[in-house]
Amino acid sequence: MRIRGLILITLAVLSAGCSSIEPWVKPYDRENLADPIMSFTRAPISQDFLDHVFESREGSRGATGGGGGGCGCN
Amino acid sequence: MAGVLPEDRADLLYFRYDGGGVEITGPSVLVRKSIGEHVSVAANYYIDMVSSASVDVETSASPYEDERTQGSLSMDFLHGKSTYSIGYVNSDESDYLAKTMFASISHDMFGDLTTISFGYKNGQNEVFRNVKIDGVKVNDPNFAEEMESKSFNLSISQIVTKNMIMSGQYEVITDEGWLNSPYRSVRFFIDPFTQGQQAEVYPNTRSSNAASFRTKYFLPYRAAIDGMYRFYTDTWGVVGHTGELGYVHPLGSHWIFEARARYYTQTKADFYEDIFPRADYANFLARDKELATYDAVTAGLTATYEFKIDRFPWLAKGALSFRYDYMTVNYDDFRDARFSLGSFGTLPDDPLQPGTEPLYKLNAHIMQFYISAYF
Repeated sequence: MRIRGLILITLAVLSAGCSSIEPWVKPYDRENLADPIMSFTRAPISQDFLDHVFESREGSRGATGGGGGGCGCN
Repeated sequence: MAGVLPEDRADLLYFRYDGGGVEITGPSVLVRKSIGEHVSVAANYYIDMVSSASVDVETSASPYEDERTQGSLSMDFLHGKSTYSIGYVNSDESDYLAKTMFASISHDMFGDLTTISFGYKNGQNEVFRNVKIDGVKVNDPNFAEEMESKSFNLSISQIVTKNMIMSGQYEVITDEGWLNSPYRSVRFFIDPFTQGQQAEVYPNTRSSNAASFRTKYFLPYRAAIDGMYRFYTDTWGVVGHTGELGYVHPLGSHWIFEARARYYTQTKADFYEDIFPRADYANFLARDKELATYDAVTAGLTATYEFKIDRFPWLAKGALSFRYDYMTVNYDDFRDARFSLGSFGTLPDDPLQPGTEPLYKLNAHIMQFYISAYF
């Protein structure tokens, strides 16, 4: 019952949101977000290298945002 | 408001990885330039110079040196709030050729608070095996295999507040073809005191699912913290968890310092064993430490010095960065077989009984030095 209530509330919020989504962070409010220190990859060249280091030594792969080829791991 | 293209920049990186008997050094160059207001082009050239006497190589082969060169070219097209990207990556090693193409589309919506991206990647790989004939390293004329890899990737990034961003990513990768190393061996018991070795046998398909979540928060003073978690699972039975925390702190108008710690843990593949009970024990046999059970911690610091040069007004900003990471890996079921098999064919003075060797540990130093120029 509690779960059904939660689903109904979520649906109500989502449908209200769909009808008119007002951006709650205005473009002029994004000064901090635009600061280079807020970038997920400040140095893509360094991140690509490290992604390759980890990918060729770990069983896990993917969902890191990088893209590459080759192996370098034999 | 339309979407934005990545900024124009050029980076030159020199890196050095040193750990577990493996040394990899090389340069990488990345240049990104806009053409007009709607197109951005990026090119990368990257060389790995590998000198390897890793624990796998020590127990079953000779030390080797190799070089991998990778070149990539990509283009982004901006159209309204959508960015279309295509790219191509070519990687060449003496025993591995990889050609990868990728395409993606991303779209800004809800007042540019949300960006949704979808990407596809296809890799065509050719696998060879190096042998020495008359002392010269050549491809084994009797060995040439292929592998195809496909990846589907969906990501959403969201501005949550004026100080916080979040992003989620999901990627499915399927591989088909030759997936094991043509060099590595597994070991097995002949009797409790004697071991033998045979070539690895892997399945020829692998499908994986990875989902990650990351967030970054701008602190009440000018600094940022970020966190990442990734869950991974595949059809070989590997389950992995990755977590990362970072802190970025500018100091004055020139310096930016960054501290980062990463934790990784995984369970072994179903067909991995450090030592099998007998020869030909199962259809698939692996002893790649990448498929073992282990955990790893990597921690590092980056220092960046930013500057401007009055004589070069076209240079918006220049930066020099140095990054050092220390990585330590502790294996739960991968033993240091040098204690029983020896090194490069030379037995140890007092060989241990197979299966009683100490567990293997790996420590590595990873150094990067890079120069960046923003235009």
